[in-house]
Amino acid sequence: MTGTSTDVRTTTTERAGADEPGRDAPVLEVRGLKVVYDTASGPVTAVDGVDLTVNPGEFVAVVGESGCGKSTMLFGVAQLLSPPARIAGGEVVFRGQSLVAMNDKQLAPIRWKNLSVVMQSAMNALNPVKRIGDQYADTMRAHGVKEKAEITKRSEEVLALVGIDRIHLRSYPHQLSGGMRQRAMIAMALLFAPELIIMDEPTSALDVVAQRSLMLQIKELQRLLGFAVLFVTHDMSLVSHFSDRLLVMYAGQEVEFGATRTVFDRPAHPYSKGLLEAFPSIRGPKVPLVGIPGAPPALNAMPPGCRYEPRCPFAYEDCKTVVPALYQVGGSRARCLLHSPDHQPPAGQPVVAVVTDEEVL
Amino acid sequence: MSTPILEARGLTRVFRVGGFLNRHDLHAVDDASFAIGGSEILALVGESGSGKSTIARLLAQVYTPSAGEILFEGTPLTKLRSRADQMRYRAAVPMVFQDPFSSLNQSYPVSHGIERGLKLHRSDLDAEGRRSEAERVMEAVGMRPASEALRKYPYELSGGQRQRVGFAQALAYKPKVILADEPVSMLDISVRIGLLNLMAKLRDEDHVSLLYITHDIASARYIADRMMVMYAGHVVESGPVDEVLQSPQHPYTQLLVAAVPDPRAMPTMTAEQAAGEPPKVIDPKPGCRFADRCPLAKEVCRTTTPPLLELQPRHEVACHVAADRVGRGAESEELGRAADLVGSAA
Ligand SMILES: Nc1ncnc2c1ncn2[C@@H]1O[C@H](COP(=O)(O)OP(=O)(O)OP(=O)(O)O)[C@@H](O)[C@H]1O
Ligand SMILES: Nc1ncnc2c1ncn2[C@@H]1O[C@H](COP(=O)(O)OP(=O)(O)OP(=O)(O)O)[C@@H](O)[C@H]1O
Ligand SMILES: [Mg+2]
Ligand SMILES: [Mg+2]
Repeated sequence: MTGTSTDVRTTTTERAGADEPGRDAPVLEVRGLKVVYDTASGPVTAVDGVDLTVNPGEFVAVVGESGCGKSTMLFGVAQLLSPPARIAGGEVVFRGQSLVAMNDKQLAPIRWKNLSVVMQSAMNALNPVKRIGDQYADTMRAHGVKEKAEITKRSEEVLALVGIDRIHLRSYPHQLSGGMRQRAMIAMALLFAPELIIMDEPTSALDVVAQRSLMLQIKELQRLLGFAVLFVTHDMSLVSHFSDRLLVMYAGQEVEFGATRTVFDRPAHPYSKGLLEAFPSIRGPKVPLVGIPGAPPALNAMPPGCRYEPRCPFAYEDCKTVVPALYQVGGSRARCLLHSPDHQPPAGQPVVAVVTDEEVL
Repeated sequence: MSTPILEARGLTRVFRVGGFLNRHDLHAVDDASFAIGGSEILALVGESGSGKSTIARLLAQVYTPSAGEILFEGTPLTKLRSRADQMRYRAAVPMVFQDPFSSLNQSYPVSHGIERGLKLHRSDLDAEGRRSEAERVMEAVGMRPASEALRKYPYELSGGQRQRVGFAQALAYKPKVILADEPVSMLDISVRIGLLNLMAKLRDEDHVSLLYITHDIASARYIADRMMVMYAGHVVESGPVDEVLQSPQHPYTQLLVAAVPDPRAMPTMTAEQAAGEPPKVIDPKPGCRFADRCPLAKEVCRTTTPPLLELQPRHEVACHVAADRVGRGAESEELGRAADLVGSAA
């Protein structure tokens, strides 16, 4: 597909099962994914063209503005969409099998066992009238773990892993704090040893100490068990410290995808650049911050050219009319006309750093 | 400081947890005393599960205290008995809940919740006025175009959009204090900055005070006046925000500040520092609850709960070692022992 996967292999070392057949195949391949919500005023496209590969043992982070379609995309990947949402195009291939074509019965054995999902709202994902321990037990029984002692042992193990007292196996979700609920969900995703864990802002309710500790645990488990992680977050430090590759979304689209370090050091899309600049710090002088001026377009009123054009400090005439494709930029790819040979900005226009292969290496 | 707008004295909340045969007491908040002044943003930070949301819920009267009291403009809440008084308090001190997925009513469009609040608490407005007020608060939180956003149902919104609707609801009441429980946790940095600037503007121009609960320490520094740190149900430190961040006195605060990540630098904290068992809030014994993770813990830390002492002007710390550093170790031990005696008698 692109040159990016070669970059990645060097960063994912010591994967378990490295001598099994098919080790080089990505665990997840998403091609041209498109998700539509059928609303009262007609269908709106919330995810429109996401191409993504996740290799075994890899940690891929997804970032983007609130409402840009991250959760919808993850739901599309995990086949958890329900009406009015539907997949309107594209493919999701997990371990070589196409998930889009599967029905619930075919998906059931895969869920939790091979592919687990930690949703954005732990409160929504957990059953409010069931104790945490019973929810774990149900999940394990559904996958053939019947022994009571084994269930209890595993439940206590995963809770300890996320730093929660085992007494809370007897607690209902509302008896846990926000961050404890998130951790209880992560623990549930770790009950088995899945090949892929999808997490949607799983640590947004955790203090930085607990978050660090949990992320280090997850990385360690990843090293031991070899699972891959697809991780949505707004926390750029988390992305920077823990992810191998980074997908940046804007207004339903993938706008940049590349090795995390490359995207941080030389963002190829103006939105990524805006996102990475200006966050408050705990050191140095306090300066007023403004964020990225303007607001993202409404789903039913997308600009005809580039979707970021109305807010883009680098925009030029062509950006208003030409729809940018994903262009190869060094080891990454970016959806920005600056990288299209046919639509270069007029002379004298300030230009974002364009990375070349030489610079990346 | 003049009379604080909101004050807590010895605020305590204990929950019963466990199964039938092994009931336990979970001390979510233990003996917390603090005040929020007029036009002040108090940041509340601390360990996950340390009691931050419980404090906000106690102040919002969602939970009732097991002990201690809350004063609003000098009057104990227990004295606000009439329905009218209660309504006034609800409007003056609204709460923004941590989880916007469960706190918004899914059966009505967004406009409903906001206009209902306006109807109850803003009798000065007619239908037209309510409409434009609803649009104003939605605009303020960056939900544009507001008229369209108001027509949506909560389930049609993303996590961060719901979170902003929760904040807009609180704004509609023309509040005096907003109890904001992690109001920006689901927002990207750009939208987050917009909301932080809005909070600062509310304080500076409309003289609204805020209890700002957050895990984003840098954002607390950006807008807050003071910072209060909790660990395992106890307030362990509080003071002017820059002072707490620049010279944290409690070892937990020190760990917390050291762990604040910088996206441009590699992480400094090691796995070993980060590790720790769940804090001891279930059937707690006297002593500092951080002692087992504390590199400085002494014998007394394991037997006597350190009281919150003003070690520097306006800067309070609950730590025997920190008290000892300024020559007040004996006082810390004595006061702590006395309080533990009262606690175990209760
Ligand atoms: N049921 C629905 N009907 C119509 N539109 C919807 C529905 N659910 C979500 N949307 C819209 O789809 C878009 C994408 O939502 P999504 O939840 O995927 O965003 P997100 O990137 O996860 O945002 P956040 O970071 O705030 O969680 C949003 O603009 C949202 O308003
Ligand atoms: N309704 C309840 N019943 C029983 N226990 C509860 C209840 N609400 C909270 N707790 C317990 O009280 C403690 C404090 O919870 P609280 O929600 O106040 O923490 P928090 O500081 O807000 O944490 P977080 O940052 O994770 O949201 C936790 O141990 C939690 O399990
Ligand atoms: Mg989301
Ligand atoms: Mg909380």
